[in-house]
Amino acid sequence: MTSAPLTVCAPRPWTVLPRNLAPLVVAVGFALLLHLWVQPAIGPFRTKVLLDIGINVILAVSLTLVNGFTGQFSIGHAGFMALGGYAAAAITYYGSFRLYGNPAFAGGVLSWTTSQGAFAGPLVGSGDLLFLLACLVGGLVAAAAGYVVGLPSLRLRGDYLAIVTLGFGEIVRVVLQATPKQLDNPAEIAAQPALHLATRLGGALGFISLPFYTTLFWIGLWVAATLVVTYRIKHSAYGRAFLSIREDETAAEALGVPTTRYKVRAFVLAAFFAGVAGALYGHSIGSINANELGFQKSFDVVIMVVLGGMGSISGSTLAAVLLTLLPEVLRTATAHVNQQFHLDLPDLRMVIYSLALIVMMIVRPQGLLGLHEIWELPLLRSLRRKRALP
Amino acid sequence: MNALLEIANLSIAFGGLKAVQDFSLTLQRGDLHGLIGPNGAGKTTVFNLLTGVYRPVTGAVRLNGRLLNGLRPHQIAAAGLARTFQSSRLFADLTVLDNVRIGCQLRATRGLLATVLRTSRQVGLERGIRARCDELLATFGLAARRRELARNLPYGDQRRLEMARALATSPQVLLLDEPAAGMNPQEKAALRELIRSVRRQFGVTILLIEHDMSVVMDICERITVLDYGETIAVGTPGEVQRDPKVIAAYLGTTDTRAP
Repeated sequence: MTSAPLTVCAPRPWTVLPRNLAPLVVAVGFALLLHLWVQPAIGPFRTKVLLDIGINVILAVSLTLVNGFTGQFSIGHAGFMALGGYAAAAITYYGSFRLYGNPAFAGGVLSWTTSQGAFAGPLVGSGDLLFLLACLVGGLVAAAAGYVVGLPSLRLRGDYLAIVTLGFGEIVRVVLQATPKQLDNPAEIAAQPALHLATRLGGALGFISLPFYTTLFWIGLWVAATLVVTYRIKHSAYGRAFLSIREDETAAEALGVPTTRYKVRAFVLAAFFAGVAGALYGHSIGSINANELGFQKSFDVVIMVVLGGMGSISGSTLAAVLLTLLPEVLRTATAHVNQQFHLDLPDLRMVIYSLALIVMMIVRPQGLLGLHEIWELPLLRSLRRKRALP
Repeated sequence: MNALLEIANLSIAFGGLKAVQDFSLTLQRGDLHGLIGPNGAGKTTVFNLLTGVYRPVTGAVRLNGRLLNGLRPHQIAAAGLARTFQSSRLFADLTVLDNVRIGCQLRATRGLLATVLRTSRQVGLERGIRARCDELLATFGLAARRRELARNLPYGDQRRLEMARALATSPQVLLLDEPAAGMNPQEKAALRELIRSVRRQFGVTILLIEHDMSVVMDICERITVLDYGETIAVGTPGEVQRDPKVIAAYLGTTDTRAP
């Protein structure tokens, strides 16, 4: 019986295929619905808020892989976001120059925001593919950075790791802000080698004049991808290895989990999605500036993960949605009250926002959902159990 | 017959303290060997040396002739040496099932891509893991509790879960660190039976640290006694019990009153 190999009776591939592809179909449908129906219905301002929500969901859920599942404390997530964002920006901006001679929008219906006016183009333009490539490369650049940072520093524990990640985020910010001027002369851009262009990132002024490609379609797609990937990881041997590290590193190691390797893997995965989020962010506002992606942004994401509940995918999603909405709602509410009652209340939203967080941490220190997913909460579980009875 | 586990002249010192000195032990397949000694004798340190938590200063550990020195703990687990811990180190916030699954998946390779795509092979692997865990949990009487969090188990169940989890790695040698600690007499009696049946059913070789003499003397065929890091006696339970050095180590000697 010792060392007996597991009996693996794999089901026939076509039997798992439908369940496998279902999330993909749902994701594309969901993204199209958002893009073609929700976006025109809610107008540009609310669309922008939805884009921010999506980006924050990707950031929070990806950080859950590290801070929630693996139990490491990383506070440099914005650094990966910045790296991915700049890499993607360089690809769409300089790539557009190379391909089209200018950095203008060259996409199709999927990337076109209705607020920019009427559009009569193809469903998918070459610009969309360029943007998709930029997102992927942005993610990969961030993932590579995650590997380089993770490999030495994940031997550290607790506070020490936190300090290294914080330092990493700041280094990224400072380096990006020290890059040379962005080029805008088509002839010069055409003449320079790609590696040369990759360093011309605009420095303290930020990387500007990016084409707007990020729409609810792309956000919907990437949010779905992030959620499906993290969910499938959590419910597999891979994810259980992450969780075992959070629970007890010594015991995990004694049970044959190569803890350092898994910590690096969690780090790399989280960095990939943060890089993608950076790419989506830059192309949603048409510019990216490392100054806005400092430790403040990293902390915002950490707060979402902590508030949502460490290790809960649905919890961090929920927290990302709430914490992105709350300041906007408070801002609108203040303006409304001022107008209605002819008052001149100052903008109290940051005060209320902070108070809400403090109250939350006192009332529910384990986060909104604790370690559970939303469908695992006692109330919903009892419902499911009742239904399951014959 | 070749020895399964050969430990030769294992030593480690922490600063000036020689925690373990020249510890040697040879286990044949199927042995059930006890390791006893007063508090601080270095028993757990021996386990930590064997499982790669500490690196020995001198000595060698061989499993089936393969040298284990210098391997990381997870590699030693993969080589076939599993352990439990003196104080519970269960994954408290995971379910009973997940605790065992993590041990089980050591022998089941899987990649990120297969995990994310949920390939049919991956699904089959997860089913295989699940089936084996259910078997193990049934053996340990924990099947009904598999959905509960490990932290909510009664103490006796927690100790058994820890054994089940270690066995899930399909080890050849199982190191048990004080499995009877904190148990009442009934539980101890049940534990004795459990350890015996585990050896029979899983064919593992067991090295057992235990303070409770009723357990050790009853189930172990041979016993090694440590005191201040040194091996002071090796033999059958009867021999060890009569050994004057062992009695001195546990009870003190009469000649300490001498001037």
